[in-house]
Amino acid sequence: MLMTRILPIASVIAIILTVWYGAAVVLNAPFERAAAERAGAEISFAEVLPKTMSQERPVLPAPHQVAAEINKTVFQMKVTSKRSLVHHAWVTLSATLIGFVMGTVLGIVLAIGIVHSRVLDRSMMPWIITSQTIPILAIAPMIIVVLASVGMTGLMPKALISTYLSFFPVAVGMVKGLRSPEVMHLDLMKTFNASTTQTLWKLRWPASVPFLFTSMKVAIASALVGAIVGELPTGAVAGLGARLLAGSYYGQTVQIWSALIVAAVCAGVLVTAIGLVGDLVNRRMGARA
Amino acid sequence: MIREPLLLFASVAFWLVAWFVNTRLVRIETRDRMAATAINLAIPLLFGAALLALWEGVTRGLGVPNVILPPPSMIWERITSSVPMLWADFRQTYLKAVISGYVMGCGLGFLAAILVDRSPFWKAGVMPVGNLVSALPIIGIAPIMVMWFGFDWPSKAAVVVVMTFFPMLVNTVAGLNASGQMERDLMRTYAATPGQALVKLRLPAAMPFIFNALKINSTLALIGAIVAEFFGTPIVGMGFRISAEVGRLNVDMVWATIFVAALAGSLSYGLIALVERSVTFWHPSNRRQ
Repeated sequence: MLMTRILPIASVIAIILTVWYGAAVVLNAPFERAAAERAGAEISFAEVLPKTMSQERPVLPAPHQVAAEINKTVFQMKVTSKRSLVHHAWVTLSATLIGFVMGTVLGIVLAIGIVHSRVLDRSMMPWIITSQTIPILAIAPMIIVVLASVGMTGLMPKALISTYLSFFPVAVGMVKGLRSPEVMHLDLMKTFNASTTQTLWKLRWPASVPFLFTSMKVAIASALVGAIVGELPTGAVAGLGARLLAGSYYGQTVQIWSALIVAAVCAGVLVTAIGLVGDLVNRRMGARA
Repeated sequence: MIREPLLLFASVAFWLVAWFVNTRLVRIETRDRMAATAINLAIPLLFGAALLALWEGVTRGLGVPNVILPPPSMIWERITSSVPMLWADFRQTYLKAVISGYVMGCGLGFLAAILVDRSPFWKAGVMPVGNLVSALPIIGIAPIMVMWFGFDWPSKAAVVVVMTFFPMLVNTVAGLNASGQMERDLMRTYAATPGQALVKLRLPAAMPFIFNALKINSTLALIGAIVAEFFGTPIVGMGFRISAEVGRLNVDMVWATIFVAALAGSLSYGLIALVERSVTFWHPSNRRQ
């Protein structure tokens, strides 16, 4: 376990951190050199090095600067504070989760419809598959602004973007999943004189559960991206996307990086959580590990 | 000019007729391959046409303000009347940023995968990290890239490079392990060098995985470039057009740009799928039934 799993991952992370520190020195050094030149002083590399680690607005903040900022804005601040990253993360996460749940439910409902109706299948499935190849996220700003013009602001517009982004992967995955039972099993249900609902509930639905969790992992990752992008056009009020935009307006690189890391952690936690629930459910249902 | 309420009824009627025709079409059983293909195409096309007609009828019949949802005819008019502008945006975003970023990101991911593949230790470290990073909202690095590489297309290409790198890396590494143990043993009995085994056995076997990554990345690249333009851009580009025209409530122009993006997305996806078919002609999914 240690040698085969943890050590390799730790080495990769160590390399990433080393490259990050190295890049921080290289990218931040010109600023210090220019500052020293303006002051008319010669500056040696040994003097530049520590300064690149603690600039106010570095080109690339060093990892410990980002860690300190995250510590300050996540753990040291009251959660209700407007400057707390927990507050902003929650704003984004609540939209993500609402949208994800709505999108998943819609996707499942449509998939059930498609599996049971040949008209629905043949007329909609090609469009759903095509929709995967187009950059749907580009509609996000329009949805936000249009809904704002009819008086809908805040959580719901963002949640709607997350909804349609998580809808497509779930619909496609569930159609595959609901069709995954073998013909023999379906025939068996027929010999049992099972109704369509019974077949759905006792055979198709259980068979589709692994597919559901796989597509839910994709869906929640894109739901989060949708919520973050949905925060951009409203003029950066609250949320992780707003922190990114505000940071880029004012050149607050440390703020951008900490928002980015928190977003990454959120995504990691969400995807892992769904993976864990999926494993648990699959095992309870008797899947072989 | 048809009177407006009449238009609404006409479009609903057209929808119902199209639906009815489709219910008949799906029942046709034919052995003629040409006819089957024609029916398979006709059903989704008819459905799409009915959807467009319904959109047109509802927006014009109910007098939906153009700011909320312009009718398709208006969007089409806008597309045909602003071809030069749309072409300039397309050139800036797609031909410059997306293609260069896509080629670099996929190329780097591929090379990294070949390198990593040599060592089981690094493979064990890179795969979990790469899988995690693929699920992260990488799009958030856009403001940082805009700071580093300026407002013009190189910053967008940089975002695309990072976004496309990890899916390519993870898929290629998985693909290189797709060849069976027996086939690899055969290569050893032929005294093939690792390089020969790579070129003649493992790379061809990895092709379905690599093309899968290429397909995922073609959509990701377009999304990355468009969203990165929301963070700062010269006054040309699809992302710029969307955010600027949304701000001026020129929603028909936004839809026109989205149409171009959708077209570019599905055409590049189709192109990759075509190449895939000729490269992986041996794969079961491409064999003629």
